[in-house]
Amino acid sequence: MLKQTRNWSADPVLSVEHLTMRFGGLVAVDDLSFNVGRGDITALIGPNGAGKTTVFNCVTGFYKPTEGRIALRREGAVEDEKIAELTRSGRQYSDGETSPVFLLERMTDFRITEVAGVARTFQNIRLFGGMTVLENLLVAQHNKLMRASGYSVAGLLGLPGYRRAAAAAKETAVEWLRRVDLLDRADDPAADLPYGAQRRLEIARALCTNPVLLCLDEPAAGLNPRESAELNTLLKYIRDEHGVSVLLIEHDMGVVMEISDHIVVLDYGKKISDGTAAEVRSDPKVIAAYLGVDDEEVEEVERDLDVKTGPKAAEGGAL
Amino acid sequence: MSDMTSPSAADHPEGAERLSEERREAMRGEPPFVEAPTTDSRLVRSLKEAGITAGLVALLTLFFFLFRTDIAVGGLALSLDPVTWIVAIAIAFVGRFLLSFFVFAGERPSVGGWKKVAAATARWPIGKALGAILLLVALTLPFLLSTFLPSQNRYLLDLAILILTYVMLGWGLNIVVGLAGLLDLGYVAFYAVGAYSFALLATNFDLGFWVCLPMAGLFAALWGIVLGFPVLRLRGDYLAIVTLAFGEIIRVVLLNWYDFTGGPNGVLGIPKPTLFGLEFSRGEGSFSDFFGISYSPVQRFVFLYYIILALALLTNFVTMRMRKLPVGRAWEALREDEIACRSLGINTVNVKLTAFATGAMFGGFAGSFFATRQGFISPESFTFIESAIILAIVVLGGLGSQLGVVIASVVMIGGIELLRNLTGLQAIFGAGFDPTQYRMLIFGLAMVLIMVWKPRGLVSTRSPSAVYKEKKTIGADLVAQGEGH
Repeated sequence: MLKQTRNWSADPVLSVEHLTMRFGGLVAVDDLSFNVGRGDITALIGPNGAGKTTVFNCVTGFYKPTEGRIALRREGAVEDEKIAELTRSGRQYSDGETSPVFLLERMTDFRITEVAGVARTFQNIRLFGGMTVLENLLVAQHNKLMRASGYSVAGLLGLPGYRRAAAAAKETAVEWLRRVDLLDRADDPAADLPYGAQRRLEIARALCTNPVLLCLDEPAAGLNPRESAELNTLLKYIRDEHGVSVLLIEHDMGVVMEISDHIVVLDYGKKISDGTAAEVRSDPKVIAAYLGVDDEEVEEVERDLDVKTGPKAAEGGAL
Repeated sequence: MSDMTSPSAADHPEGAERLSEERREAMRGEPPFVEAPTTDSRLVRSLKEAGITAGLVALLTLFFFLFRTDIAVGGLALSLDPVTWIVAIAIAFVGRFLLSFFVFAGERPSVGGWKKVAAATARWPIGKALGAILLLVALTLPFLLSTFLPSQNRYLLDLAILILTYVMLGWGLNIVVGLAGLLDLGYVAFYAVGAYSFALLATNFDLGFWVCLPMAGLFAALWGIVLGFPVLRLRGDYLAIVTLAFGEIIRVVLLNWYDFTGGPNGVLGIPKPTLFGLEFSRGEGSFSDFFGISYSPVQRFVFLYYIILALALLTNFVTMRMRKLPVGRAWEALREDEIACRSLGINTVNVKLTAFATGAMFGGFAGSFFATRQGFISPESFTFIESAIILAIVVLGGLGSQLGVVIASVVMIGGIELLRNLTGLQAIFGAGFDPTQYRMLIFGLAMVLIMVWKPRGLVSTRSPSAVYKEKKTIGADLVAQGEGH
C-alpha cells in the first residue's frame, strides 16, 4: 500500500532538487526539492506569490534557475549515479540509451518540449486566437510534420510521404478534439470559443506534442463547477489511458483534493508539506499557511516547523 | 505566466481578444440593441441632418467657392462666385437628405440588405472568382492590349510589368509581415541585393539572366538570414527600426563601395533576358528571325511581361503552398503568440529565419528582374520610399492576403500613373489644374480614406490553412498582427 501510494519516491518521472530562483534580491523559490511520480497527478499548491508559477517556468525552461537540478526520466527509473555522471559530463541529456535522462535546467524552452517531452499550458490562456481550433492542434505537431515534410521540400512537391503524415496529424487532432468535446467547433477561430472550451483546447494542444509530463498552470481557473468536473475526468483520462504524468498548479481545492495522487505545498518559495491529499489536508503548517494562525499559536507552529523539517528531509532522502 | 519577466507584446492583443470575447459572450443570445424611441418623425429628422450637413459645407467652402482671390493686374482681385457655392451646398443638402431618409433611417434597416448580400455570396467564393478572373486577364493581357488599345500598347504593357513587379514584391513581403508578423521596413535591401547580384554577375562573369536568377535569389535569401539574426530578439518598434537601418546600410554601402558597385554611377550594360538563347533584337539569331515574323520592339516587352508574370505566380504558388505546410503554419502561429509557439517545441529562431529568407529570396528574384528590365541600376532605385510603397501595398491589401496585395498594387501603382494623365479633373478644378502636381496629394488622401474605411486592409479576413468540415473565414478582429504594428 505504501509503495503504491508513494509512487513519487519509487519511480519519479521528474525530480526537482535544490531548486533556487532569485530575481535580484528576491528569492522566489528557495532550495525546493520534490518529485513527480510517473503516472501520477501531482498538484503544486500554495498561497498567492508562493512561487508556484516560477517553479513551472523553471521546469519548462522559460526561466533558467539560479541553482538546482531538474532531472526528467523519460522512460523508466534511472540510478542516481547515472544522473550524477550526466551532471558532471556537462551534457544536456543522455539519449540513445535504454532510459534517457534530461537535465531540464540546461535546456532551452522549446527543446524541453521537443526532445524531453514536457508540455505546458498557461495561466492566462495562450491560444493562437486567429487560427482555427484544428489549426491550433496542427501547429502543436509542428516538429513531427516538419520532419515528414522534409523540412518543407517534400511538402512543397506534395510527395505522398508528407501527405500521409499530414493526414495522420489531422487524425490525431480530430481524436483529441473528440475527447475534449470540441469537434463540432473544429473550424471556428480559437478566440471565438467560450472560456472553458479555450482551457480544454489548450490542454488538447499541449497533448498533441506527445508529452510524458504535462504541466498545467491553473487549469480550473474561471471554470464553473460542471466544467471543473469535466476537467477532472479529462485529467484522469489523460493519466490512465495515455500514461501522461500531470503536474498542475491549482487554487480550486475541490479539483486538487479529488484528483491529486500527490500534493506539494509551497509557501514563500519553500516546501511546507508534501504527501497525499489526506496527509496535506491535515498538516497544521498547510492550514497555517492558508488560513493563518492566532498570535499565540505562531511560536508553537514555528517550533513545530523546526522539529519537523529535520526528520522530514532525512525521510525524503531515504525513500 | 503573469509573473514572467520576458516582455511580450503578444499580451496586448490577447487582452483585447479577451475583452472582445467577453463582450461577445455577454451579448450571445441577446436581442440586438433596441433603439431609443425617436421624438421626431423620419422626414423632420432627415431634414435636420441635411440642414446641418449643408451648413457645414457652406462654412467649409466659403473661402474656396464663394470668395476667390485671383492674381490680377496690379495685385490681387477678389471675385464673388455665389453660383458654385450654392450648387455645392445644394448637392450636400440633397445628398444627405436622400441618404438619411432612405438609407440611415429607412424603415427597413439598410444593414439587412447587406446581410442578405453577404449571405448570398457566402456560398459563392467571391475571392476565388475574382482571383480566377484576374489570372485570366493577366495571362491574356498582351493580346488584349494589342487588340483593343494598340496605340498605347507599349506604355500600358510597361505599366503592367511595373505593377506585376510590385505584386511580386508585395507577395514576398507578405510572407514576413503578413504571415510571420515581423514588421520589415527595409525590404528594399533584398530587392537591391537581387538586382546587384545579377548585374555584377552578368557584367563581370558574362552570365545570362536565367543562370543568375536563382543565384540572385539565393544571395538575397542569405542576406535575409543575415538580417534575421540581429532582429531575432527584437520586438515591436525596435524590430521596425533595425530593419529600416538595414535597408539604409545596404543602400549606403552600394553607394560608397565604388570599386565594386560603381557607386552612384551604378552598373551599366546589364544583358537582356533571352528565350532559350534567342535575343529580342533585329537581325541574325533573334527571336523574330527564328520564328520568321517581322521584328517589333513590343515583342521584348511581351516577353518581359510573361517573365515577371511567371515569377509572380511562382511566388504566389510557393506562398500558398507553404501556408498549408508546417512551416507556414508556424509563421502564422508566431504572429499569433510567440511564447505559445515555444511552449509547443517550435524553434522560433528557425521559423523567423525561414520567413526572412523566403521573403528575401522573392525580393531577390524581383530585383534581378528589375535589373534586366532596366539594363541599368544605381543605388537611387533602392531608397526607403520603395520599402514604404511595398509595405503600403501589403498593409492596404490586408496583411496576409494574396488577393489584397494584387488589388492594392493595381490601385497604388496604377493609381499613381493614372493620376499623371487625368486631365478630366480640369473640369472640376479649372483649366489651370495640372494633375501631375497634385497626384501624390490626391493619392495620399485616397489612402487615408481607404484606411479609415477599412483599417485592416482591403481583404482583411484570413482563410484557414486546414479544414475539418466547413471552411469558414476568420474575421480580422480575431487575427493578431504580430510585432511592430
